[in-house]
Amino acid sequence: MDRIPILKFGNALLVTIQVDMHDRLATALEEDLTTKIVDANAKGVLIDISALEIVDSFIGRMLDNIAAVSRILDADTVVVGMRPAVAITLVELGLSLTGVKTALNVERGMALIHARISTSDSEDDDAEE
Amino acid sequence: MAGNVGTVAELVGSNEQTILPDWVELQKKAGILQTGRITESELLSQSRDFLHLLRDGLAKGGTDAANAAYAPAKQLLTEVSRTRAVQGFSPSETATFVFSLKQPLFNTLTRNNSLSPAQVADLTWSITVLLDELGLFTLEVFQKSREEVIVRQQREIAELSTPVVKLWEGILALPMIGTLDSQRTQVVMETLLQTIVDTEASIAIIDITGVPTVDTLTAQHLLKTVAAARLMGADCIISGIRPQIAQTMVHLGVELNVISKATLADALAIALDRTGRMVTRKKASSISDQSRVAAEKSQ
Amino acid sequence: MTTQKSESVEIRSSDDVVRVRQVARTLALGAGLSLVDQTKIITAASELARNTLDYGGGGSVLAELVEVAGRRGLRLTFEDKGPGIADIEAALKDGYTSGKGMGLGLGGAKRLSNEFSIHSKPGEGTKVVIARWK
Repeated sequence: MDRIPILKFGNALLVTIQVDMHDRLATALEEDLTTKIVDANAKGVLIDISALEIVDSFIGRMLDNIAAVSRILDADTVVVGMRPAVAITLVELGLSLTGVKTALNVERGMALIHARISTSDSEDDDAEE
Repeated sequence: MAGNVGTVAELVGSNEQTILPDWVELQKKAGILQTGRITESELLSQSRDFLHLLRDGLAKGGTDAANAAYAPAKQLLTEVSRTRAVQGFSPSETATFVFSLKQPLFNTLTRNNSLSPAQVADLTWSITVLLDELGLFTLEVFQKSREEVIVRQQREIAELSTPVVKLWEGILALPMIGTLDSQRTQVVMETLLQTIVDTEASIAIIDITGVPTVDTLTAQHLLKTVAAARLMGADCIISGIRPQIAQTMVHLGVELNVISKATLADALAIALDRTGRMVTRKKASSISDQSRVAAEKSQ
Repeated sequence: MTTQKSESVEIRSSDDVVRVRQVARTLALGAGLSLVDQTKIITAASELARNTLDYGGGGSVLAELVEVAGRRGLRLTFEDKGPGIADIEAALKDGYTSGKGMGLGLGGAKRLSNEFSIHSKPGEGTKVVIARWK
């Protein structure tokens, strides 16, 4: 079975979802990400959904889950590139994905993750002194 | 009775030469052509087509308008009615198309010698019922079409009255004026989100100075808009909350967990700060300074 | 009212849910719906297909491109022979974000459609019809 590739960018993981996922694929992605966050000691996960025309409650919950799990593993999740029609539909469905950080595009999303990484690094430095 | 109706179908077919002109005359008398929205030849061809379809309906489906044999006739009426609704005809002008056909049909029945008075009375009644139903059908389509026009116009007004303004790089403002109903919210959301994409904005200031009241529903609409913008990575600030509105919201238990400020100016200040900008005053002199300096020099 | 095109899809696995989305998309395009309206009805279809699978034990959907009084639209009829819903009103209330409630997505599907109707009785299965007009 195909799995969605996860790329490593420094301290962050990047996932680009380009297909209309069936449930097994989505569940596999959740598992793969969880494993990889630990393996790569990632501090951030960037999920690019700019290619998705439809995000239903299953995918919405998947995003929520990924954000929750990564938070426990001390990583931030940022979802980027949501299409306007999708945003309107999700809100109408009642899914505001409040547990998920969002950004307009990959560039902004990465900036968010790096901002967070550098503040936590400086906190670590303070703690060590 | 079925045999009689078959006869009517034949009568309509064979008497088209008299029925059609009489019918068109009656429509003209009702003033259809005076509006200038339809030409005589268009009227003639519409009427002729309908007469043929009516004859087919009568031949295959009797006088029951619900019969499938009347589908083509109804299709024609739908087109006629929709066009007239969009062109601005009145309901009566549109319904006249069907109702004015009664007289010429009855004339044809009474002139026919092969039918007994009882049969004529019978058929007159059935045809009345049939044409009444078709006439009402015409009115229903008309009504629906008018509603569509109104909905479309409301949408256009909504779009015009909710411009999305770019205040600064990455900062948008939405001055809302008037009540915020669900249809308007749709338009606002679509416009706002598209503008966020186009301008790569990260902050949207929604100013509700021009919104008369904020009840629970309005608050829900605002919250939806804020939630949708956030999904696109943009934060919202609500400004222009008047004291009365703040009170109403508290009384109703409405919670807007979004940053809100009294004025658009305050909101702009926050937005500029959040996007890493600062406003400073120039050292260069103003015009009044210059004239003061010039006045001092000349003394 | 005329039906210009129709397609039936069996819903037996999660792959079928994807198929339902594809069929809905094709017909939504055929009806000339705006992008936002397309997204709404396809998402609603996805929710209901999922319900049919998860709660109805599998079933089918009939997707139709229809025209009424000159107006085109897309109508989807979901049917299953599952346990049925005892309290429809409760089912229409949302339960997602809090994690409680039946989470059937019915309320969401209703809000995303122009028309919504549901017939369900315990032991008799469920039938949900949604439509979106141009």
